Amino acid sequence: MEVALRMSDFPLLSLIIWLPVVGSVILLALPRSDRLIRWFSLVVALADLAVTLPLFWEFDKGFVGMQFVERHPWIKSWGISYFLGVDGISVLFILLSALITVLCILISWEAVTEKVKEFHIALLLTAAAMMGVFCSLDLFLFYLFWEAMLIPMYLIIGIWGGPKRLYATIKFFLYTLVGSVLMLVGIIFLYLKAGTFNILEIMKLGLPYHFQFWLFWAFFAAFAVKVPMWPVHTWLPDAHTEAPTAGSVILAGILIKMGAYGFLRFSLSFFPLAAKAMMFPMLMLSVIAIIYGGIICLAQDDLKRLIAYSSVSHMGFVTLGIFSLNSNAMEGAILQMLNHGIVTGALFMCVGVVYERTHTRAIKDYGGLATVMPIYAAFFMVFTLASIGLPGTNGFIGEFLILLGTFCSKKWAAAFAASGVIIGAGYMLWLYQRVFCQDINPKVAGLRDVKMREVFALVPMLILVLWIGCYPTPFLGFMHESVRALLDHVNGAGAPAAPISEIIKEGLHVVLPS
Amino acid sequence: MTYVVWIPFLPLIASIITLLFGRWYIQKRAHWLPCIAVFGSFLLAMKTLIAVIHGARASFDLYSWIIADTFKVGVGFQVDPLSAMMMAMVTCLSFLIHVYSIGYMEDDPGYYRFFAYISLFTFSMLMLVSGNNFLQLFFGWEAVGLCSYLLIGFWYQKKSAADAAKKAFIVNRFGDFGFALGVFLVFLTFGTVYYQPVFEHVHEVAHETIRLFGHDVLLVTLMAVLLFCGSLGKSAQFPLHVWLPDAMEGPTPVSALIHAATMVTAGVFLVCRCHEIFELSNVAMAVVAAAGTFTCFMAATIAPTQFDIKRVIAYSTLSQLGYMFMACGVGAFAAGMFHLFTHAYFKALLFLGAGSVMHAMHHAPDPTDMRYMGGLKKYMPETFWTFLIASLSISGVPGLAGFFSKDEILWSAFASVYPWGKLVWFVGTLVAGLTAFYSFRVVFMTFFGEFRGREVLHGHEPHESPKVMTIPLMILAVGAVVTGWLGVPSALGGSNHFAHFMEPVLGHPHFHLSPALEEHEHLVELLLMGVSTVVGLLGIYIAYVVYCQRPELQRLLPEKCPKLYRYLYRKWYWDEIYLYSIIKPTLFLARGVIQGVLDSACIEGTVNGIPDLIRRGGEGLRKLQNGVVNTYALIMATGAAVVLLLIYLF
Repeated sequence: MEVALRMSDFPLLSLIIWLPVVGSVILLALPRSDRLIRWFSLVVALADLAVTLPLFWEFDKGFVGMQFVERHPWIKSWGISYFLGVDGISVLFILLSALITVLCILISWEAVTEKVKEFHIALLLTAAAMMGVFCSLDLFLFYLFWEAMLIPMYLIIGIWGGPKRLYATIKFFLYTLVGSVLMLVGIIFLYLKAGTFNILEIMKLGLPYHFQFWLFWAFFAAFAVKVPMWPVHTWLPDAHTEAPTAGSVILAGILIKMGAYGFLRFSLSFFPLAAKAMMFPMLMLSVIAIIYGGIICLAQDDLKRLIAYSSVSHMGFVTLGIFSLNSNAMEGAILQMLNHGIVTGALFMCVGVVYERTHTRAIKDYGGLATVMPIYAAFFMVFTLASIGLPGTNGFIGEFLILLGTFCSKKWAAAFAASGVIIGAGYMLWLYQRVFCQDINPKVAGLRDVKMREVFALVPMLILVLWIGCYPTPFLGFMHESVRALLDHVNGAGAPAAPISEIIKEGLHVVLPS
Repeated sequence: MTYVVWIPFLPLIASIITLLFGRWYIQKRAHWLPCIAVFGSFLLAMKTLIAVIHGARASFDLYSWIIADTFKVGVGFQVDPLSAMMMAMVTCLSFLIHVYSIGYMEDDPGYYRFFAYISLFTFSMLMLVSGNNFLQLFFGWEAVGLCSYLLIGFWYQKKSAADAAKKAFIVNRFGDFGFALGVFLVFLTFGTVYYQPVFEHVHEVAHETIRLFGHDVLLVTLMAVLLFCGSLGKSAQFPLHVWLPDAMEGPTPVSALIHAATMVTAGVFLVCRCHEIFELSNVAMAVVAAAGTFTCFMAATIAPTQFDIKRVIAYSTLSQLGYMFMACGVGAFAAGMFHLFTHAYFKALLFLGAGSVMHAMHHAPDPTDMRYMGGLKKYMPETFWTFLIASLSISGVPGLAGFFSKDEILWSAFASVYPWGKLVWFVGTLVAGLTAFYSFRVVFMTFFGEFRGREVLHGHEPHESPKVMTIPLMILAVGAVVTGWLGVPSALGGSNHFAHFMEPVLGHPHFHLSPALEEHEHLVELLLMGVSTVVGLLGIYIAYVVYCQRPELQRLLPEKCPKLYRYLYRKWYWDEIYLYSIIKPTLFLARGVIQGVLDSACIEGTVNGIPDLIRRGGEGLRKLQNGVVNTYALIMATGAAVVLLLIYLF
């Protein structure tokens, strides 16, 4: 299948990616005045957000293929090029990344007081790498950004994190690295087969099934860790809990979306046969993640840990939507990725707001906050409702479309997954009750309600929650053509020829020649 | 008819403004905007109702809500007799209860919040009843659930209130789970979720089956039963009934509006709206009838043992909702809607009357306990008379609203083509007696005899409520009498306007009587009326004897059959059963199994175990490289010896 390209006259995507990098280089040179550094980074992030906005209205929703494409040869002898472009699947995440970067700077305004300069450099570099991942159309470039993002993220958790940050960072790093190394092997194999790192060329490769099978799992290792899918999720609670607020927000908002994005961009389009054959185990893992992640939330006594585990459950919905290979579900999954970034990001910001005041994350140290901080309680309520998927909030649209589509393709998966919605209401409302209702805990008596700066950070999220909830058409509109093209590509690939047992036997023969 | 859009949106606007500005700017004037908005909606709803009576119909989309690849749905409105009737009823009751709340909620620190929530509820309920597709129904369904959650937990500082709110939401989620699957099945079958095409084409799939756990099940049966799960939750029918009695933690106007008159009847509305689907499946009809009949009976046995005035009325609500489902379960949907309509008035009146009594008793530590009441008749005559009218109405005394709607249901059940009709009729008549008994138990314990609350009131005298509360009571009392006159059956010389009005949407029930009875159809109907009236009056009389004349009889049941009494008093132990069969096992699963064993031991154990193994292996190997030359020489010599030995052997 030929993918159409629409070249861009103006290097918009490059500007989006490199603006934060330039900003962080300038930051290096700035004097160590915290105020100046904060304002400068905020301006850079806002400028970056402003630069991404043309994507929102210049994007041609009827066009099938890649838009805003930039292509320059880079390392000619290896067929590597600097190749950027976006389609309906990736464009929204660039917008979300830019927005979340701004909010992260706002929310760290008073929380980060040590090594302020380094923190903001790390933050801007993370932002650049995140957006690079979503724009890359060259596997080499993609892998570069993918791994580059780990370094600033590692530093953010490791330097500005909580008391057990070292354990968490090493775990986070090793987990992700192990997955990525397997993907690297897969990438090299694809390069040897296709002779290029061009993603669109590799899509057309049409590898035989027994290659696709193994490559699918190699890429799966990298993406499943990032998502994270059950059972490779245990880095997430530790990383989230120990990370500073901004780190948690980036992790929840963008970083774990990359795994799901990887499934859409690579696993489905490179290995359509394997994706179809692996539908059952993938749906199974997703359903387990939804229910397991939900039930374990009931056992948490740490605010951030609870929200981190709820991410496992919510991302289970995303992978469910992707691998049910139904157009409605897939649109729902992409929207749910966005929703989860907004809602969970906002919930982490909310936790950060009280953590700054109390320096405790234990749920039992809270209680009666609705009386003490009523505006804050109202914000938290809306995000709680979005998290449990109440109609009128964005969470509903995503979950509903995913379940609807999955029901049309595999009824059992939808029926089990829908029970996650009950558990979701259980743990979130229980959390809300313990933190906000009942008698005021003396430890939180007299806390100040949200400040103007915090309101500025939360309001954009609130608007997005209600906007997507009541009128998602502008967001879903981006996806129709790209999702349809992707599914056509998957469905057009034919049916897998051999049973899995044979593939595995064959694989064993390769490894053990005798 | 686009003005219909404003019926839900006026209260929404009022709610948003009150919520945003109430705390700082509107404060004590918070009632004005919601009251005016709801009154505006009421006028528009009446205009719509009149237009519909004159034959107007409409179905249109305001805008496209969700457009995915093949799934498209809008925020749309449908104007037909069913929705017009519901809108008129909801706005009318909502307005009266808004006004009543001005007096009841006075001096509450959350005054503005209350009015914002209650008009948000009005918006949600109107969206629920006026939608033209399943998804908007679902939107309203969840939104009323949210408002119910917010209002039950209105006094969130109280643990019991916060618990009850959470319980209501989560129990309802169980129902919504089935409801959502039902909507998915509708979409999968018809490719759309709009009512009109679905109900037009549902007959075409009447005989299609679907494989379920190795059995072939009729598609329509599955669809109807899944949708009915939602009804079970929202209308608090067994087995999802446990949230409603606890929901009485909310302010009393909320109990009247949400937990008696409107929201809890949404389940009946759903069944009536989808009656085309239900009618195609006998199994589904039987399920509806069974749930209704069982709940009706169970609640009526619990109500007489409770001492909390609001809880008694809550159980009475459960029981009356059971009647509505009994009607639906025998195919008499219009009769169900009729009972829904009359019940809304007399039950709201009962709750508001109870609220007025609580207002009088608010110095008592527990203002709802009937054991500290009595003789309130002379302190609060207006409340007493209106409450008495409502009680007469619910007891089915001839001429009042409850009489007509209840007898319509009993007659439809008796004459129904469904084989379970006679059983439904029998239980319904029995419960009619119980209903009269416990309703008048409340009247006698509260308003008659001597006032028993002197010491708990610490010198305060009970007093009549202000006019702003009693006038809505009087208006509702009129409703509790006259609404029944809309459905006077032909046996009594009426022409049942209500059923005729609903006929285009709800059809009319199929009767099947034995030929001998058919000849004297009207006579049989009159006879059944006589039976249920006598049963009702008997209930009132027993209540009079037990609670006014011979109070020693009250101890009869607790002393003679303490086990049975405790069983009823503890509400058939359903809360305990759910605690030990669902809540505790789930928490154990969460803490013990998943958190304790799977996540930390198995997964974390593996993840941390592999590096650990490598480290230990490395440490073991390190011992070999200890730097002592003698050891190296020894190992070398041993190795050489082993090699030589092997060469020598082979």
